[in-house]
Amino acid sequence: MGSITIAQLELIVARRNMWVATSVFMMALFSVVLTLAGGATAGNLGVDPLSVAMTSITTLSVYLVPLIALLLSFDAIAGELERGTLALNLSYPISRGEILLGKFLAHFIIMAFAIAVGLGISALLVVWRHGFVDLSFAPMFRLYLTALPLGATFLGIGYLISALARQPGVASGLVIIVWLVLVVLYDLGLLGALVADDGGYFTNTIFPVLLLANPADAFRLLNMPEISVTALTSGLNAIGPGIDKTWLLISLLGWPILALFLAWIAFRKVET
Amino acid sequence: MSALIISRATKQYGSDEVVRNVSLKIEAGERIALLGHNGAGKTTLIKMILGLTPFEKGKIEVLGTAPGSKKARSSIGFLPESVAFQGALSGREQLHHFARLKSMTMGKADDLLERVGLGSAADRKIRTYSKGMRQRVGLAQAILGKPKLVLLDEPTSGLDPISRHEFYDIVKDLSEAGAAVLLSSHALTEMETRTDRIAILRKGRLVANDKISTLRQQAAMPIVVRVTTSAKKVEQVAGELGARRVNGKVVELTCLQNEKVATLSRITDLGDLIRDVEVTPASLEELYRHFSSIEQEVI
Repeated sequence: MGSITIAQLELIVARRNMWVATSVFMMALFSVVLTLAGGATAGNLGVDPLSVAMTSITTLSVYLVPLIALLLSFDAIAGELERGTLALNLSYPISRGEILLGKFLAHFIIMAFAIAVGLGISALLVVWRHGFVDLSFAPMFRLYLTALPLGATFLGIGYLISALARQPGVASGLVIIVWLVLVVLYDLGLLGALVADDGGYFTNTIFPVLLLANPADAFRLLNMPEISVTALTSGLNAIGPGIDKTWLLISLLGWPILALFLAWIAFRKVET
Repeated sequence: MSALIISRATKQYGSDEVVRNVSLKIEAGERIALLGHNGAGKTTLIKMILGLTPFEKGKIEVLGTAPGSKKARSSIGFLPESVAFQGALSGREQLHHFARLKSMTMGKADDLLERVGLGSAADRKIRTYSKGMRQRVGLAQAILGKPKLVLLDEPTSGLDPISRHEFYDIVKDLSEAGAAVLLSSHALTEMETRTDRIAILRKGRLVANDKISTLRQQAAMPIVVRVTTSAKKVEQVAGELGARRVNGKVVELTCLQNEKVATLSRITDLGDLIRDVEVTPASLEELYRHFSSIEQEVI
């Protein structure tokens, strides 16, 4: 009950402070650009144009969804601590767990809305250009449903950073660094190691585990298109299929729970 | 049942004792001023009462239950020292939020907005509010739901005299309705007539805890008596009373509380020589300075 109250307030604040508009705008803009850009190659390969668009958007979402989630969440605890509202909220009959859950609910709704708008616009664009013929909507729904836990994970990581940093300024810097490391550098590092290893022990044993351990990679692999479109993708996607999809799902669904749990532990240690 | 019982509570940060062996009791309807320098431990003590800060030794009971318990939190009102509400919200939205957290109706919250004088500004964004108006939002949320114990940390800082006056009216209503009120403040003079008891913290220790009149006696602070006479008689009056000349017509002498009546009768014995007498007891400020400089603690 208290969580719902917190979520209500967070939604109003996020709307007024333009966080909702910013999130939706970012998703919509990139979806439109990638759909239009991807449309050019689709005809040549003779594949479903919506699937092509979704492949591009998957690659985009790996970067954008975590970024939006971190931007929504970094202020959650540090900001309240700085404004003095955390002590005040905690003087009410509400627990830290309920506060965290309430904020998560609100941010999750905003994120889900932004991704839905992005994918919706993309689908409309494809239908407008190609008509309804032979479109497969399954990849789009799969992309949507897997993007949600990916975003939820990074919301949890954002709260964790917010609780550990205790100052909004520090938290905002840290989330950008964490985003760079987890989303950009992680994959680059893996690629570099693969090239150096050249099919040895690392490639066969450690690499799949490291791919699984990163929710962004699990998300990417789950949304890997059928073989026909693989030609359009590059990099890590080409090596992924050896991993069982069940493990990918476990990774993707387990991370949000773990991240939120760690955030809660860190939040409990924050003295007001 | 007392609204608040603190017995021998101690809070340490490392080896630093921020609150040391403090005992304090507040009954329903009492207004207590908690005074002390910056860093004397006032805010820490308030957070211990709220259950926000765990402490090592001693015990605190809020309405018979542990600090931070659901029951304690449902019956406490709290105004933090410096709180910044979300500027994007209106005063009404912010107060409705707190009303929902306390399971109160929105109508009650609207009534309180009127009570604290925010009725006409309730639907404006908080970022357009003056400091005094923001403080009123804070006060309104602190008295939501008829709390039995109200903790106000520096509530009047930044308020103009009229707002302060209105603020103390609300505090008076609260205590008359049976709430125990603990106010921490630097603004000493305004506390003098508006609280029932004064507690002074010095470096984490409680060095005074009583009615102002009792504290005056304890402190044995001299009372200043100023006698006005005429220019011709000033030397004579000064001589008779053993007083010090202040200017051409006024002499000044000091006495202790228990000598006051005797001193006054010596002055009135001079009859027509005296035009006026002014008696100034030690102000709260002087009392505060006195108690802030002593080391002994009260239990």
